Amino acid sequence: MAKTPLDEIRSSQVWRSIFRHGYPDTERNRTLAALSNIFLHLHPVRVRKSGLGVRYTWCMGGLTFFLFLVETITGILLMFYYRPTGDAAYNDIAALRDHVPLGVMRELHRWGAHAMVVSVWLHMFRVFLTGSYKPPREFNWCVGVILLVLTLLLSFTGYLLPWDQLAIWAITVGSNMARATPFLGHEGPGASALSVHGLPLIHSSDDARFGLLAGPLVGEGALLRFYVLHCILIPFVASILMAVHFWRVRKDGGISGPM
Amino acid sequence: MLSLLLAEGHGGGLIPAPVRSAIDRLCDPQYFLPLFFVAFVAGLVFYRKWTQPKVAGGIALAALAGFGLALTNHNFLEIVERPDNIPIVGMLGLVAFFTWYSLRLAAVNDERIEKGEGPIEKTGSNDRVLVWPDLVFSEFIALILCTVLLVVWAIAVKAPLEDPANPFKTPNPSKAPWYFLGLQEMLVYYDPWLAGVVLPGLIIVGLCAAPYIDFNPKGNGYYTFKERRFAISAFLFGFLNLWVVMVLIGTFLRGPNWNVFGPFEKWDVHKVVVLNNVNLSEGFWIGWLKTGFPAWFGASPANGSLAQAGNVIARELPGLVLVLLYLAVPPPVLASTVMKGFYKRMGFIRFNLLVFLMLSMMCLPIKMILRWTLNLKYLVAMPEWFLNI
Repeated sequence: MAKTPLDEIRSSQVWRSIFRHGYPDTERNRTLAALSNIFLHLHPVRVRKSGLGVRYTWCMGGLTFFLFLVETITGILLMFYYRPTGDAAYNDIAALRDHVPLGVMRELHRWGAHAMVVSVWLHMFRVFLTGSYKPPREFNWCVGVILLVLTLLLSFTGYLLPWDQLAIWAITVGSNMARATPFLGHEGPGASALSVHGLPLIHSSDDARFGLLAGPLVGEGALLRFYVLHCILIPFVASILMAVHFWRVRKDGGISGPM
Repeated sequence: MLSLLLAEGHGGGLIPAPVRSAIDRLCDPQYFLPLFFVAFVAGLVFYRKWTQPKVAGGIALAALAGFGLALTNHNFLEIVERPDNIPIVGMLGLVAFFTWYSLRLAAVNDERIEKGEGPIEKTGSNDRVLVWPDLVFSEFIALILCTVLLVVWAIAVKAPLEDPANPFKTPNPSKAPWYFLGLQEMLVYYDPWLAGVVLPGLIIVGLCAAPYIDFNPKGNGYYTFKERRFAISAFLFGFLNLWVVMVLIGTFLRGPNWNVFGPFEKWDVHKVVVLNNVNLSEGFWIGWLKTGFPAWFGASPANGSLAQAGNVIARELPGLVLVLLYLAVPPPVLASTVMKGFYKRMGFIRFNLLVFLMLSMMCLPIKMILRWTLNLKYLVAMPEWFLNI
């Protein structure tokens, strides 16, 4: 039988150095496909059939992860055109709107963020209603709760970056809560108890809200702080926790099913 | 565009004015929340009846028709079609759908369990299939569908950009991001230290504690309601009644000055709502005993801050006692009466944690009811120390 050009490529040294197995149409090659690819290796080789159906999982956990990737990619592209300073931030966003015909990066990023908040809620909803947090998955549920909180914080910090009226006032409303933190906020209960010889230790210029905003009000300091939180710190922590989350799904017996 | 086609000329829309104003009035949280709660309880009690595809389909069609009719109203359309509100409308639809879907699957499973067949998920649950192709392909399809949806959405709706940030011009209303509007709505009833810090913290703690509190070994890995009535009812109550519906109210029904506006009402900045809320201490010492606030530690401010503090605590004693009783009495009472079985199986620490978290969750509806019926402002009002409850 004559070799087709495709076969030539498939049997070349280059191809075989990348793909260690043949076309995944045999059981052996399908197993190798999942095992020898780092991305597919997130999965086990085999999964419980009952856990596979969309009717069971609603695909919400996977979609949340996918949306995280969408946010990462669109976010990196947006970072090329955005400077987190009081003078530049708004104009950079306005330029994206006005000077990029058919531009959808900001739209993808914004709507993807809303969708991710919804999908992570629905993922939690499904996991609770199927009792999938029960032993042995208690700890992984807690990791998931933290990831849910991080998702909300990611969205919250991103809210400020367009530096428009909606952004600054939504963050003002949200961060005003922090000044009422018990003991650590200057308008929180117990803060007046933290004093030395009648001199209060907690002021509007050093309380919990100040720590969040890098100032007593939402200003340029807060913009930089939220930018770093949004682009670096929270994604960094969330990535680590996602690795733990996915790893534990497998270590705790794979996708949940009836015990 | 849509708004021009439908609402120009007669902004009222297809729903008759008396019906609109009735709906507007019913959307006041003090009617809306209890009505939703009644529907919620009925939904759980009759979960096998209404989740049947025909009944649920009828309800969904009626809801869609109502929504479509409502869209013909100018004010309704204006708030629903705001770019950032579109995902909230979608979220409400998805939550409604998945609530139905999970309860439907639970109803089917519960029937099977009664017949001794076991849940659907259990049939062939030991069968394992290869990830490639079975899982990878369905993930790929989900990913493509999601991408298509996102791209269409991104092309159809432009991301809004308002005026540049101006710290001297406060918009009215100023709203937090939509997923925190439940917390902002809570500010109507509680001060920020509770609504913005302590209670959200307890939500996170409570969620993390759930697997360690829920001692029921049944219902692990399949849909069921009958085997987990308590856990699922509590979760759905918190998620639907106290989170999703509060987001709905905060987004669509709160306008300028955080006043309530019905879905067909115009957001009028000058709407005046009379606030005559009173503190428990005022009601107790002035309204009921008619003695005025107690000054047991000396009336003049010259007596030093300790005496003043004593007077503040004496003034708020009724509320403090009530709050302490609320937290201290239910655990032992429940442990020896209706929740005896729970206490026996859970042990002292887990049982008390469960009751404390339940009481924390219920403190919001309780305060709401007190506000609506008695115009209560604070149970404990110590503005001196920012300690209002």
